[in-house]
Parts: sequence; C-alpha cells; structure tokens
Amino acid sequence: MLEVNLRHALGALELDLQFSAPPGLTVLFGRSGAGKTTVINAVAGLLRPDAGRISVSGRCLMDTERGVFLRPEARRIGYVFQDARLFPHLNVQQNLSYGQWFARHRPPRADRARVVEMLGLGPLLERRPDALSGGEKSRVAIGRALLAAPDILLADEPLAALDETRKAEILPYFERLRDEMNVPILYVSHAVREVARLATTVVVLDGGRILRQGAAAEVLADPSVLPTGARDAGAFLTAIVQDHDEDGLTTLDASGMPLILPRVAAPVGAVVRVRIAAHDVILARHRPEGLSALNILSGRVQEVRAGDGPGALVVVDTQAGRILARITRRSALALGITPGIAVFAVIKSVSVAPADVGG
Amino acid sequence: MSDWLTPLEWQAVVLSLRVAFWAVLLSLPLGIFVAHALARWQFWGKGLLNGLVHLPLILPPVVTGYFLLMTFGRQGWLGGAFADMGVVFAFRWTGAALAAAVMAFPLMVRAIRLSIEAVDPKLEDAASTLGASRLWVFATITLPLILPGILAGTVLAFAKAMGEFGATITFVSNIPVQTQTLPSAIYAALQVPGGESGALRLVMVSVAVAMGALALSEVMARRMSRRIGGRDA
Repeated sequence: MLEVNLRHALGALELDLQFSAPPGLTVLFGRSGAGKTTVINAVAGLLRPDAGRISVSGRCLMDTERGVFLRPEARRIGYVFQDARLFPHLNVQQNLSYGQWFARHRPPRADRARVVEMLGLGPLLERRPDALSGGEKSRVAIGRALLAAPDILLADEPLAALDETRKAEILPYFERLRDEMNVPILYVSHAVREVARLATTVVVLDGGRILRQGAAAEVLADPSVLPTGARDAGAFLTAIVQDHDEDGLTTLDASGMPLILPRVAAPVGAVVRVRIAAHDVILARHRPEGLSALNILSGRVQEVRAGDGPGALVVVDTQAGRILARITRRSALALGITPGIAVFAVIKSVSVAPADVGG
Repeated sequence: MSDWLTPLEWQAVVLSLRVAFWAVLLSLPLGIFVAHALARWQFWGKGLLNGLVHLPLILPPVVTGYFLLMTFGRQGWLGGAFADMGVVFAFRWTGAALAAAVMAFPLMVRAIRLSIEAVDPKLEDAASTLGASRLWVFATITLPLILPGILAGTVLAFAKAMGEFGATITFVSNIPVQTQTLPSAIYAALQVPGGESGALRLVMVSVAVAMGALALSEVMARRMSRRIGGRDA
C-alpha cells in the first residue's frame, strides 16, 4: 500500500494532494501539466517536495516533518521511464543485471528466468540498446525495474513514446505484471484506453489537486473526470462467465441479462468486469430487428447530459446495470430521448476490464 | 635514434616525456573531480573555482611561474611543507612537472567537463532508482560514458605539458638534465651561435610526439565510442 501526502509548488502549479494506492495497479490520471510526473518523481525521490509524507507498505520514504528523505537508491523502487533510459554502454543482459546487483541482498521480486521469459527478452540479451526497437526497449526497461526487487513499481507514461501497434504489444505485459507479479504499480497516464484496461484504482489529477479517486469502474464511468470528456466515457458492468460457446464466443450473465463477447480467458463461473464504451452504444426506441449486433439491452433513460459539442451522453438503466451511450444531440431530439422513456441499447462491442484487486 | 640526437638533447626529450607523463597522470583524478563538480553540482564558490581553474589559461605564463615560485619555492608556504615530506620542487624536474600540470589543467578540465555535460542526467537518475549510490552512478554510468572525453582531455593536457615553456623556465629555470625540457632545450640551442641544426632536430621530435599523441587518441576515441553505443564522439 502506497500512501502519498504532498505539497509542492512548481512554477504556476500548486500541488496539494493526498491519496493511497491499494495493491494492484493504480493509475495517476490527468491531462499533461496536472502534476502526475511530479507526484511519481516525488515517490521515486528524484524530486524533493516542499512538504509531505510518502510511505510504501508502512516503510517511510519521506517525511518533511520528521526530516526524513531517503535518496532514490535507498527507496527500493523500480521506475519504468517513458524514454526507457537504458544504459547505452551496456547490453540488454547487463542492463537487466544493473538493478539486480544492487538488490542482491534482498529477496528478489521475480525470478530472472521468469522475467526474461515473460517479457520475451531471450533473443535480445546480447544486443545493445541502440539495436533495439522502441517496444523492445520498453520491455527491457520493465524487466530491469522488476529485477531491482522493488517494493513498488513506478511507470511514467511508459507507452506514450510508442506507436499504436507497439502500445498494443506492451499493454499485455503490464497486465501480466499486475496479475502475476504481485507488485504494486503506480502508473501515470493520460490515455483513457490504457487506464480502462490496466487500472484497478484511478486517481484523477487536475491542476495539482485530486479530482476523484476510487475503483477504476466508478471513476471512469463519470465523464466529467475524463480529460477528453464524453468521447472516452464508458460504463463498467460486473458479470459471471456462463458458457464458452463452440463458435469462439463467451456468454456472460450480467445480473440476469446475457452478454455475448469474443472468448474470455476466465473459466466458467468466474466474475469478470466488462467495459462498454459510450461510443459503442446505439440507442433505439423500438426493439431493433435484423441487426448484426448480438447484445441488445432494454432499459430506461435516466439522464441526458448535453456536452459543449454536438454530442450528448445518455445514461441508461438496464437490468445488467447502468450503461452510457454517446449520441448526437440531434438524434436525441429526433428520437425524443428524455429521462424516463424506454429505450433499447445496441452494443457494438464489449471488452473485458481488469478485475478489482482489493480496490 | 640515440646517436641522431646528442646525449644532452636526448636527455631533454626523455625529461619532457617524463614531466608530461607525471603531470597528466597525477592531475587526472583531480581534473575529473573538478570537471564533475563544475558540470553537475551547485555549490557556493563555484564561479570562483571555475575562475581559478582557468587562471593559468589567461595569465601570462611567466606570472603563473612567478606564483608557483612564491608558493612552491624553498621559501614558499607550501614549498616548505612539501620539502619536509621530501618533495622538493624548486629547480628540480618535479617542479617542471608541477608547472606543466598547472598549465595543462584548464585544458584537461574543459574537455572532461564538456563530455560530462553531454551525458544525459536522466541516465544517472535511472541508475539511482535502480539502487546505485552517487559514487556507483559515477563509476558505472558517468565514467564509462565520458571515457572519450577523458582521453581527449588527457591528450590535450599531455601536448600542453610537453610544450610548456614560460611557467617552467620561470619556476625551475633551464638547467640541463635537471629541468631542461624540450622547449627549453630548443630555446637554449637558439641562443648559441650555430645551434640551429640542434634546434631543428628537437623541433622535429616535438612535432612527431604531438602528431603521434593526436593520432593515438583519435584511434582510441573511435574504438571507445563504438563500444559505448555507436555514436560518434
């Protein structure tokens, strides 16, 4: 458990915040300039805040009142930087060994062979950083941080410098870290898709203050906290895996309503959390027929939130739970969508979100 | 080669090499330390230190020699202390080495400082988050990355030490075998009627040593930068 209490003035930004991150992956979320990197650097010890207290699993890293400030090398952290920061004069093997050597008197966080296997580093070990692609560098940086036997893993927008293909390549590694390595992760990001896929807990920062914090499902369902507003809004539903069908689909049971989506890795009976992005939901006044979409939920409009642009966000209560639909204001007017009326929500796609871990 | 030069000229060449070698070797650790302090640390008196290091570069060499004489001469406040420890500078080759070191120091520090400033501090931060103390960061990250700069600074300082004349002759005079370095020997040869041919031979030796050092450093720098990561030094 990471506990952070900080006050720091940095140019025009006045940082004043307090949060705690339960086990799992906590995302510090917010637009650039919100103070995310300042917070993570304070946890790493690369920045000395004006005042505050930081502890990891009860171990105090910094406390201005008591005059405690551990230097970065004494903090037992692993830091994955956006720009990887591999040592150019060392090959991959030596880069991986760097933190491991300094942590040799502590029990390791992960077995080296397992880290190499998990991150697919085997073929890269003899290479120099300048002979690696961006995605490969990221993987080596993750492995290097993990082998330093950290009490907490810090990641500052580790995917931001990568193109979409590479992002998709690295994301699963962070999921495996979260699910298999049992190391708490503090992850800075401004990309909603990353947050939705990785976060167990979200801390939303804005202008140096905390706007919202809590379980990912709750925070992300509120479009007002998203930097991009309604465009990235989405709802989370909890469901039970009911059946793996022979045609590659899985049927989930969401409070009695079936949801069908591509094969889910979880076994029958497991509880999963699914995310339905607001822009993947179409609303109809009458039950649509002859449609290719598999998931159609009936419900009642609870609220219509008009944004600044041409769009509106509609909150629909269904038996499966509350879902969000993003439609144009013109459609809302044409269909007469107002609170209280019955609608059918046509869902174009559903994705499985990470389960809450102690969140 | 030894019969191409007269024994006295040969002595001057050997003395110069010895003076330059010890001057560079002994000032190198201090040079790296000072360069690192100037490049990376914020401290009170940084400007003063910077000025002091560069002073020999801008002062007339004779003035530097005068200060050395006042400080490290037999009557000097440091010269006496060193004499008690058995190290005498005045009118000895050790004094020539000290003068050469002081005169070459700014060039050495400048080259090394530039290479330290070219090392991304973010790499050093990354090393510290991985558990390396400041000393380890320097030894395992900064030092390997600045080796080409250290080499450049060393060669530059060596060349300067080989050619130092003004401060040396002021501090330790021009005593054959004792303190007559290559430049002093050339100067002495030119003072004697008919000494031009001797001077020319010594000039050729000077040029050869300087070019040789430069070529050697080029080769080594290229090899090092390839090892560091394929970037040009």
